Order: sequence, then C-alpha cells, then structure tokens
Amino acid sequence: MTQIELRGVQKFFGAVQVIKDLNLKIDDNEFIVLLGQSGCGKTTTLRAIAGLETIDGGDVLIDGKPVQHLKAADRDIAMVFQSFSLYPHMSVYENIAFPLRAMRKSKAEIDGEVRSVAKVLQITDLLGKKPSALSGGDMQRVAIGRALVRRPKAMLMDEPIGALDAKLREEMRAEIKRLHIKQGSTTIYVTHDQIEAMSLADRIVIMHEGVLQQVGSPTEVYTHPANLFVAQFVGSPVMNVANAAVTMNGSGARVTVDGAAEGFLFPAELVGQLDAANVEQDRLALGIRPEGVMVSREPADGYLPVEAHIIEPLGSYDIVDLKVGAQMLRARTRSGFVGKPGVQVFAKLDPAQAHFFDTTSGASLGVRL
Amino acid sequence: MAAVTTSAERSLNKLAIVGVLIVTMIFLAPIYWIASTAFKPRNLATTIPPTVVFQPEISPFVKLFTKRSQLRTAPTPEQYAAAPWWERLVFDGGEKVVRSGRGEVQWSGYPSRFMNSLIVAITSTILAVGMGTFTAYGFSRFKIKGEQDLLFFILSTRMLPPVVVAIPMFLMYRVVGLNDTHWGLIILYTAFNLSFSVWLMKGFMDEIPKEYEEAALVDGYTRMEAFFKIVLPEAATGIAATAVFCFITAWNEYAFALIMTNRRAQTAPPFIPSQVGSGLPDWTVIAAGTFLFLLPVAIFTFLLRNHLLRGMSFGAIRK
Repeated sequence: MTQIELRGVQKFFGAVQVIKDLNLKIDDNEFIVLLGQSGCGKTTTLRAIAGLETIDGGDVLIDGKPVQHLKAADRDIAMVFQSFSLYPHMSVYENIAFPLRAMRKSKAEIDGEVRSVAKVLQITDLLGKKPSALSGGDMQRVAIGRALVRRPKAMLMDEPIGALDAKLREEMRAEIKRLHIKQGSTTIYVTHDQIEAMSLADRIVIMHEGVLQQVGSPTEVYTHPANLFVAQFVGSPVMNVANAAVTMNGSGARVTVDGAAEGFLFPAELVGQLDAANVEQDRLALGIRPEGVMVSREPADGYLPVEAHIIEPLGSYDIVDLKVGAQMLRARTRSGFVGKPGVQVFAKLDPAQAHFFDTTSGASLGVRL
Repeated sequence: MAAVTTSAERSLNKLAIVGVLIVTMIFLAPIYWIASTAFKPRNLATTIPPTVVFQPEISPFVKLFTKRSQLRTAPTPEQYAAAPWWERLVFDGGEKVVRSGRGEVQWSGYPSRFMNSLIVAITSTILAVGMGTFTAYGFSRFKIKGEQDLLFFILSTRMLPPVVVAIPMFLMYRVVGLNDTHWGLIILYTAFNLSFSVWLMKGFMDEIPKEYEEAALVDGYTRMEAFFKIVLPEAATGIAATAVFCFITAWNEYAFALIMTNRRAQTAPPFIPSQVGSGLPDWTVIAAGTFLFLLPVAIFTFLLRNHLLRGMSFGAIRK
C-alpha cells in the first residue's frame, strides 16, 4: 500500500519558479501520468518525489510521512530514466542486481530475484551482455527490470520510451501497461506525449508552466477539459478553438463564429447555462474537437454551407479544413468523404461535444449540453 | 567523399604513408641512438661516422650499476679467472669493480637514484590523481560559489615556471627540513601536478552523465558509494590518461630535483648528467642509464594504452 501526496510543493531554479503550489494525491496501485510540454515542471516534480531534487516549500508525503528531508536512497522508490542510465561497466545481470546489493541481500537471494525479474521481462538470455550490446528496447527492459527487482514502494518513470522509435514505443507502451497490471505498483510516469498518457494512465495530471491544470481520467480530460490549455494539449488532431458569440434566436440559441454570416444552431439551454456562468455571451471561445464537426454533402436541417480547404487523408479517416467565417474548423470525416478542396459542403456542430471557455482566463465555463 | 578511390588518390595515400614513416623515423632516431649506444663497446660509442652494426654487449649496464676505479696494473690471470663473468667485462674495459674490505661489491649511485625516481614519481602521481579526481568530481557535480574563479586559481599555480619558484621553495624547504627528502619532492610534484590533474579530470567527469549516479542514488546507495561504484569505474579512462601525464611530468622533472636534492632523495634526471663531468665520460654508461630511465614511462604508457586510445565509450546512454 503506497500513497504519495504532494502538498503545496514549490520549487525554484534561481529566480524561476518551476513548480507552483502543487497539490496532488496519488492512490495505491494507481498509474499516474504527468503530462505537459517540456519545461512545464513535470520532470522536476518527479525528481522531487524521487529525492533527486530538493523542494523550496511544501511537503512530499509517502504513506502519510513527510519524506522531503530524506535522501533518495531512503525513500524506497525506483526510477527509470529516459536515458536508461544502465551502468556501462556492468553486465545486465549486475545492473539488475545492483539495487539488491545495496540491500545487502545474500548471493542466492539476489540470483533468484534477478532471474525471476528477467523472466518476467523476457531478458534472461541477455543477462551476460553489456548494456552497450543491447538494442534500445532491450535497454529499456533492463532499466525497468532494475527498477522492479527490489519491489519498491513506487515506480517513477521519466519519459522511459521517449528515446525509442515509433514502432518500438508502441510495443513498450503495451508492455509497461501489462507489467503494471501484473505487478501492480504505484507508478508515476512523465511524458509529453498525450497518446502515451491517454493509453497508460489511470489518471492524467496535466501541467503547464509549473501549474497543475487538471487531474482526471483520460476520458475526463478528453471530454471535459478544464481550460483552453488542456483542451488544445490533449487530443490529436487538436481541438478547434474559435472566438464566437452566442445569441438567442427563436426557440434555440445560435453560436456564431467570428466573421461568419450565420450561426450554428444549439439548444436553448446553452443560454441559460451561460447566464448562470455570468459571462459576456458575445465574446466566448468555442472549442470543438474535429469529430464534433459533422459534415454533410447535401443541405440538411441545421447544417450551414461551408467551403472545404485542405484535406489531410490519414488512412482510416480524413481531416478536412472548413472555412467558417474568418476561422478554419477542422472536421473528421470518413476517408474520401469530401471529394476535393474548394467544394461546398454543409457542417453542423454537435452540441454535446462543444466546449465554451472564457477568452481571458481560458477556463472552461462548464457548459454541458 | 567519392565512394571509389581513384588511382591518384591511392598514390597520394601511399605518399602520405611514406611521409609519416619518415617523420616517425626522425622522431625515433634519438631513441635508437641512446638504445644502441647503451649496448655498444666503449670504443665504438663516439666513432665518426657512427657505428651502426656492432656486437651488442652488456658491459655498460654492469658499469652503470657498480662503483669502479681505473686499473693501474692489469689483473693477474688468477684474479681474472676468479672474477664472475660481469666483473671480467669491467676488467676488459680497463677498470675494476670497487669492493669493500669484506669483498662486497660497491653499488654505483644509479640504483638508488632510480629507486628515488620511482618512489617520488609513483607516490606523487597517486596523490595528484587521487586528490584531483575528488576535486574535479566536486567541481563537476555541485554548484560552488565562485567556481570559475577557483578553477582559474587552481590553474594559475601552473603559470609560473618552476625555476622562478625554485629558490624561494628551497629557502622554505630548508627551514622546515624538507630539503633532500622524498616527501619534499613528493609534495612539490603533487602540488605541481594537481592543477593539471583537476582540470583534466574535470573534463572527464563532465563527460560522465550524472544520471548514472542518480540511478545509483535511487537504487539505494549513498553519494560516496555511488562515486566509488559508478563514477570511478566510468572515469577509469580519464584517470589512466591523467596518471600517465602526471607520471611523465614527475618522472622527467629536472629543475626542482636539481635544486632540492643532492644525495639521499636525488632522482635520476639530475644524476645522469652529473656523471658526464666525472673523469673521462663513458658515454655507453650514460646511455645505459638514460635507456633504463626511459623504460618505466614507456612501460606505463604501454600498459595503459587501451585506456588512452579507447576514449569515451558510453554506449549505454541515449542522448
């Protein structure tokens, strides 16, 4: 049972504050992914938990006990580095045995545990080799083995598959997930790759400029982003964001994108919800994912005429740029659905997939239709 | 680069190889001269033109290690027959080996000088490289206030030529009683090599990714353990290279050794030339002393050649 908690953690590098008042509670056996652009403070947070970085304020608690004054060696936490950091002068066997030797275990115990972890990771035949003779994927397996072997309270992974090529990354991602399910340890995983985050995490922690933006399950952060940053950071292709105004029109609401002649039809309750949020309804940011933009080749009820611009065929689907007013909205269509650029098609927004944000603060207005 | 080498390029390559060979031979010529003179009979050492083909003999080395005096009268056949083979070589050269009253062979000054050189060079190299490695690690891994100034200060100790400080050092050493002692020279050479060792090792330490130690720290080791188990083995190449350079400097040092020592702690470099002036110089003996003097550095460098050539091979870090 390992819980990790960060309470009001602050960290400065000189005058630059890299972690700003970070609060986070991680449950036992949870797989948490810290997601953010480079320089957002996610790696520093991980290193602070590991004890490789001192913090300037707040507490790091493991199982309820503050550990910020403890050395890395005394925190019983394992870490996998992006660079793998396998000791080049030691064989794979010695690398994996290294943490066990620190625990002064007997030779027989060490041998048993190294071999059992090697079996789990399918690296038994590599035990005699030097790290320099291994492929990237095998290096990573060994690094994970070294972390797993002493059954630490928690596993920290700093972009562990970032250095691998795309195909191997996918394989290793599945392997890490399989291992986590099998071994079940509290894991904190740092990445800038949102696909990795979505596929691995129980909960994703999104950080930006040292500030925690949102914590939630992959579905939660995808479907209900807390702010514009999260909305645009999570999901590929990126969510469309356009300045828009909401007006009441007869029985329904109209959402008019800047520069457009006509607005998209929305349920009337949108206005009620915006009223409750107490915002200027003529200056909002509309966010909609490409799959929320519905396209028709024929005019239909509620569909507005738009012009198709660039078409990106991505195999299983196409991404089509539609010119709506002064803005481009990207829509996800069946592959080959829109014949060629320049043709007129008809578009509608799915109200259930629309998000509204405050243009100044970027915060979500919490509209759910 | 063209994938196929043309015949012009090939002949150019051959020409370059010939050029390199010629330069190598020019550089090796003095060493060959010394080595060959060390095995020449005395009368062939100074011939003009130089003798290249000769029957090599070991007598210069026998003479190098023994105390000798000129023979006034030739040894009697009994004396000659009773003498061991090496003593006969000295008789053949018109000299005799000096023996004590009890008949023990008297050693020349060379073996003790050679030993002094070994003691001083090895001890000062171990000290300079050891302290340099620790200091470099500190500078490389920790933020230190005024780091650049401190490093410059360390280097600045190297900026004065030894001769400039030799006289004040001599006076200070006289007061503290370090003149003509092994420790006196060891301290001097260590201090002299330390700046070099710190700077060289800092370069090597900077090359070792700090993730290795961090991994060891997380794996349950203290920083000291991480240093000895991870950093030191990784720095082996750098340590070997630094040790070779420090050893060569201490081994060859002449000015301090000449001024600070005269008997007990005198090293080989000031001793060998001093033999030129005593009586009629026997160049074969001096060549033998010089030849032996060259060997330790050559052997040391040869033993560490893999470390020197291998360079940094950190295959297990992805950058």
